[in-house]
Amino acid sequence: MSSAHANVPLHEELDIRLRADASSSGPALLCFTCSIIWLLVGSVFGDVASLKLHFPDWLVRQGWLTFGRVRTIHLNTMTYGWASLAMLGVSLWIIPRLVHTELRWPRVATVGTIVWNVGLVIGIGMIIAGRNDGLEWLEMDRYMADPFLVVGGGMVGITLLATLLAGRAPYLYVSVWYIMGAFVWFPVLFVIGNWPTFAGVESAGANWFYAHNALGLWLTAVCLGAVYYFIPKVLGRPIYSYQLSLLGFWTLAFFYALNGMHHVIGGPLPTWMITTSIVASVLMVIPVFAVAVNHHMTMVGRFSALRYSPTLRFVVLGAIAYTAVSLQGTFTSLREVNRITHFTHWTIAHSHVGVYWFVTFVLFGAMYYIMPRLVRREWPSGGLIRWHFWLVLGGIAVYVIALTIAGVAQGLALIDPQTPFQQSVEVANAGMIWRSIAGGVLTAGHLAFAWHFWRMLRLREAGLEMPPLYEARPVVYSPGGDGTGS
Amino acid sequence: MTRVWLLLIGVAATVGFAAIVLVALPRVVLIDLPVPTELQPYTEAQARGRQVYIANGCLYCHSQQVRDAAFTTDVLRGWGDRASVPSDYVYDRPALLGTMRTGPDLINVGARLPDTEWHLIHLYDPRALVDWSIMPAYPFLFEEKDSAAVQPSDHVVRIPVQRAPAGRVVVAKPDALALVDYLLSLRRLYPAPVTGMSGHGPPPETQAPPGTTGAAGAADATP
Repeated sequence: MSSAHANVPLHEELDIRLRADASSSGPALLCFTCSIIWLLVGSVFGDVASLKLHFPDWLVRQGWLTFGRVRTIHLNTMTYGWASLAMLGVSLWIIPRLVHTELRWPRVATVGTIVWNVGLVIGIGMIIAGRNDGLEWLEMDRYMADPFLVVGGGMVGITLLATLLAGRAPYLYVSVWYIMGAFVWFPVLFVIGNWPTFAGVESAGANWFYAHNALGLWLTAVCLGAVYYFIPKVLGRPIYSYQLSLLGFWTLAFFYALNGMHHVIGGPLPTWMITTSIVASVLMVIPVFAVAVNHHMTMVGRFSALRYSPTLRFVVLGAIAYTAVSLQGTFTSLREVNRITHFTHWTIAHSHVGVYWFVTFVLFGAMYYIMPRLVRREWPSGGLIRWHFWLVLGGIAVYVIALTIAGVAQGLALIDPQTPFQQSVEVANAGMIWRSIAGGVLTAGHLAFAWHFWRMLRLREAGLEMPPLYEARPVVYSPGGDGTGS
Repeated sequence: MTRVWLLLIGVAATVGFAAIVLVALPRVVLIDLPVPTELQPYTEAQARGRQVYIANGCLYCHSQQVRDAAFTTDVLRGWGDRASVPSDYVYDRPALLGTMRTGPDLINVGARLPDTEWHLIHLYDPRALVDWSIMPAYPFLFEEKDSAAVQPSDHVVRIPVQRAPAGRVVVAKPDALALVDYLLSLRRLYPAPVTGMSGHGPPPETQAPPGTTGAAGAADATP
């Protein structure tokens, strides 16, 4: 895609790319390292929270280990530690490449990343100590922790903006829209969500306005930007349709922002608010189909490339999960469905399709591509990549299937007033156990990935001579696979 | 560069529009919400209990809302006589509507289970009262003492013998008492105040007859 301006000779273009990569490598590497540490922390807390749902008398003597805090720490470390920091790294690396210049003020980005981490440590520490704001996705203290995230994220955003304004590319590629959009959206949403004057049901409205958009206009936006970058990049083939990406972007920006109230369907908010969100949720099929068709048509005929590119494996599965989770979201927002699935484990399964199968997979895929270009060595082991891939794929599949079934059973028990509440708990118990098993498998996958990352970073061993999965024999010469794109 | 600014202004406009519709407009609409005369502001102890509720994440398993009876069975299940309305939450900062019912709804738990001692035993050891419960135990809200060390001011909880710590007495800490105080304040049984806002509350014929609150819920939870 960067070969679009034909008047620049190839060696010059490669030179621009090398300088862009070099300029962002420091802060991007810092972001990735921190994000993987948070990923491991969040995995442990997630596993403990899951186990507590079937061992309710385990670790109950200390307040800081109670389910309500452990679960909340899992959510916050995964959202603001793992996903957000990995996204900062991906953004810092992609934007200079796409606008054909070096990252401006990389030290500001580095300091911003550190400030973000400081805010997280304070926020998580306060949740452990029993102080949180009582709003889902916004538990970290609005005065003591959140300002660090606003300032730190702002510093990273400013470097991206300065880079963008200094850019030399003759056009703005679609990934730039998504990523820069996210950096405008997130601070606005985060400040509204944390605004201290909301009371009563207004606070619930502002809560879900924020929480849904944290998914839609922050996590989703940056990760879709990454999908739009990596699929064409790895395949060496332009994106299918510019017009579709334009349609997909602006309809997403407009409709997603209005979705939040579908989390309180039937609840005590003015009905017009909820109806607005249901309508917007249904209209989400427009951007979802636009993006899905665009990605699929770019992939079509090249699926064999999944065998030798770890980046493509993770990113394409993530993109498919995006389509799936979005259509599921539209379906769930219908009142007839929501009356059963609301308040059940169905929602937890749904959110993990989004934040894990889509967002986390895309971020893994992005790191597999970016890391060798940051440290100038290949990944040390193809085997570890395979372990990582199959563990997290198997883990998330079991997780989602088990909790979806548990959620439907629970919802059907709850909606029937003749069924005792006890039954709604008991029908979901098996799902809770399967979720813990799945969580253990996911954590094993994360450990494999973190160990591989550590080896690449610190052990100074030579990387592989070739891209790690390159030896997957026949594919290399098949008409479908036309190069590694690296 | 025009393109850059167009992009940034465009994305700011989309989120700005949504914020006006879903955050600013409700602000205006909800500004003169009628305050039900039967609903009292939280006492100091109840407010403290509410913080204990938030700190320990009760809201992740317990909702506090009766949904519209037009399309759910929340009323028939006995979680309230009527759907919850915005006026029910005027003293809540923030409202704790919740998104999960891993445990039962609590917006009327003070009416359904009005016994302080029941709640204290249940918090100390949920399975002492409800054997199928998966609620965590909260022994850290209690103190286990030698009976000789018990002060006259201590609130001793009578844990069933087979679940009590051997030779020790369980005393509720102030946080446990405050939390129960808060739980007992959760009762929204007065008729919904009439508001100018449309679309709230089920039509009268779909409401359960008064007095059914607690029937199903209490049957579930009674020891």
